[in-house]
Amino acid sequence: MTENSSMLEIQNLHASVAGNEILKGVDLTVRSGEVHAIMGPNGSGKSTLAHVLAGRPGYEVTQGRVLYKGVDLLAMTPENRARQGVFLAFQYPVEIPGVSNVYFLKNALNAIRKARGESELDAMDFLKIVKEKAKLVDLDEELTKRPVNEGFSGGEKKRNEIFQMAVLEPSLAILDETDSGLDIDALRIVAAGVNALRSPERSMLVVTHYQRLLNYIVPDFLHVLVDGRIALSGGKELALELEERGYTWLEKEPAPAATGANC
Amino acid sequence: MEAMQTTETMEKTVQENGLYRDAFAALERGRRDEPAWLRRLREEAFTRFSELGFPSAKVEAWKYTNTAPIAEKVWTPAPRSAARGAVSERALAPWRIPGAVEIVFVNGTFSEKHSRVPVARGGVTVQSLADLLTSSPEKAEAWIGKQTAGEVSAFASWNTAFFVDGAYVEIVPGAVVTTPVHLLFVTAQENALVVSSPRVLVLAGARSQATVVETYVGDGEAVSLTNAVTEISVRESAVLEHLKRQEESRSAYHVHAIETRQARGSGFTQHNLTIGGLLARTDLNTLFTGEGAECTLNGLFVGSGTQHLDNHTRIDHAQPHCSSRELYKGILDGKARGVFHGTILVRKGAQKTDAMQTNKNLLLSREALVDSTPALEILADDVKCRHGSTIGQLDANALFYLRSRGIDEDHARSMLTYAFAADVAGRIKIPAIRSQIETLLGLRFSQTGSEEISS
Repeated sequence: MTENSSMLEIQNLHASVAGNEILKGVDLTVRSGEVHAIMGPNGSGKSTLAHVLAGRPGYEVTQGRVLYKGVDLLAMTPENRARQGVFLAFQYPVEIPGVSNVYFLKNALNAIRKARGESELDAMDFLKIVKEKAKLVDLDEELTKRPVNEGFSGGEKKRNEIFQMAVLEPSLAILDETDSGLDIDALRIVAAGVNALRSPERSMLVVTHYQRLLNYIVPDFLHVLVDGRIALSGGKELALELEERGYTWLEKEPAPAATGANC
Repeated sequence: MEAMQTTETMEKTVQENGLYRDAFAALERGRRDEPAWLRRLREEAFTRFSELGFPSAKVEAWKYTNTAPIAEKVWTPAPRSAARGAVSERALAPWRIPGAVEIVFVNGTFSEKHSRVPVARGGVTVQSLADLLTSSPEKAEAWIGKQTAGEVSAFASWNTAFFVDGAYVEIVPGAVVTTPVHLLFVTAQENALVVSSPRVLVLAGARSQATVVETYVGDGEAVSLTNAVTEISVRESAVLEHLKRQEESRSAYHVHAIETRQARGSGFTQHNLTIGGLLARTDLNTLFTGEGAECTLNGLFVGSGTQHLDNHTRIDHAQPHCSSRELYKGILDGKARGVFHGTILVRKGAQKTDAMQTNKNLLLSREALVDSTPALEILADDVKCRHGSTIGQLDANALFYLRSRGIDEDHARSMLTYAFAADVAGRIKIPAIRSQIETLLGLRFSQTGSEEISS
């Protein structure tokens, strides 16, 4: 794969949850190294898009396709997507009592390394990585030994997501409302962690409801999702316009670039 | 309905055909040297057993457990001599507890060959019950059948009538015994339809502290029955940790009553781990006979295939200022069925009782089933009693979370299942035993074996 080649190609993606169509023809291309932000009002399908890409059961793709590094992403199980380099930072990270963060993450990393044809890491090498990456998001090392997300504050949970991302080093990171529930200090830390992970080989899809996050994670492109379609695309300056005007003006106009008409 | 009729028929079988009457008479003939009080006790117990018969589904306590598969078979009491040495050391090795005072029983009878230092040591006496009956029958008399904390069941009566041997554990008042005492019961199954009836007495003297472990395992696959009774007395201000682990074969039937009396200011922690057996039933009855005592009951039952695992617990708050903490967890796969029935009785006048009961169940398949019944009977008015019961599947969100990080579905499932169980195992205080049980659970649930999952 050459630089600036296509990382993700979403073509006319339709998806339903419990029989309700949420995505109604999404088209989006992300190239290697690019950061794309997806904004939109509540219920527009932002989180659905993130989950469909990660392969969450219960999200049914009814039309369209998604190519990841040129391969059919939708045909892969969630674990295979992760092994191929897809990472979803959850809006609501799940608490898993009884499973320690490091145990879980070591298994995850070794599964991914195995898929890449690399050797599995032993406990010593792994703990070195943990130390280094925990520093990146200012995550208390004690938290890495505790059960996954159990008893973590909202900010700690979000930092733990970015910490995991740093350890797993994905090619495509999807950040689902990583800013929600964070105060400005936590937001700065999380954003700094994300920015440190930006690289020409890594693409990011940053899903957010508020423009605020984009002051810290500056995207290359910004798309507005309205009613399951991308209603508008532009550069980072579009965020400011949205901040000023809100989303309602977009909801009233017909989607300009809608290809897969939904009728 | 059909099953019930079968059971009723069996009740008749016991009474009319005098099925075990002959076996009992045969045993009696060989027990001429037993003290008169014991022969009387056995006679009474046999009469009670004959009258009650095997419990039918009409008996509330046996509503969810059909005893017909036990009742309709003709069981032969385990021979006293033949059992010795019938078990290979290899079969025992995984169950031994390093450093423990360990006595081994084969089909309910003491096996000197397999046992390790069953002598008095640092404030604890461990000996076979048969020895005690010979050497100090008066001690046995003061004990056997005296620690009953609930109604004596037909099975317990059957045990009293038929037991040949068992263990006697006495902790000297004030002694702090750090070495665990391990009673290892092995069912050697070279002969089918053998019933073993071990009897265990544990006396924790005042202000003493000790750990006693009972392990029930099988060596072989023939159909067998263990019908055990354990009587425990935790004297004033004594602290006793008792652990029962059962991993008999998948063709074994296992019935065990654990009766405990707790004196003033005593502490009793019981761990009940059920993994084996085709049909396994444990009754735990705990009675507070003095104020300010505490009891903790931790249970874990793990079933698959067609296993039927039943745990009945009963805590009798007969005295004020006592507290009880109970956590039972069930994990059921395949067509397995689990039963948890937890009675907490707070008697009139047992003010300031503090009782908490939790039962959580994880069903791993569509056909697995669990019946969870908390039964709180509160007759005092100044008490704090809470209970909760859940039945559910693995958390789909947690499963997806793990998979989204590259962990395959089977491994994710086993990690979550292990985590659900490990919480109970983690409460065992003696590290050697805790890690043994964590290994056992690890092997059962995880491809990674004994690797530590929880921190």
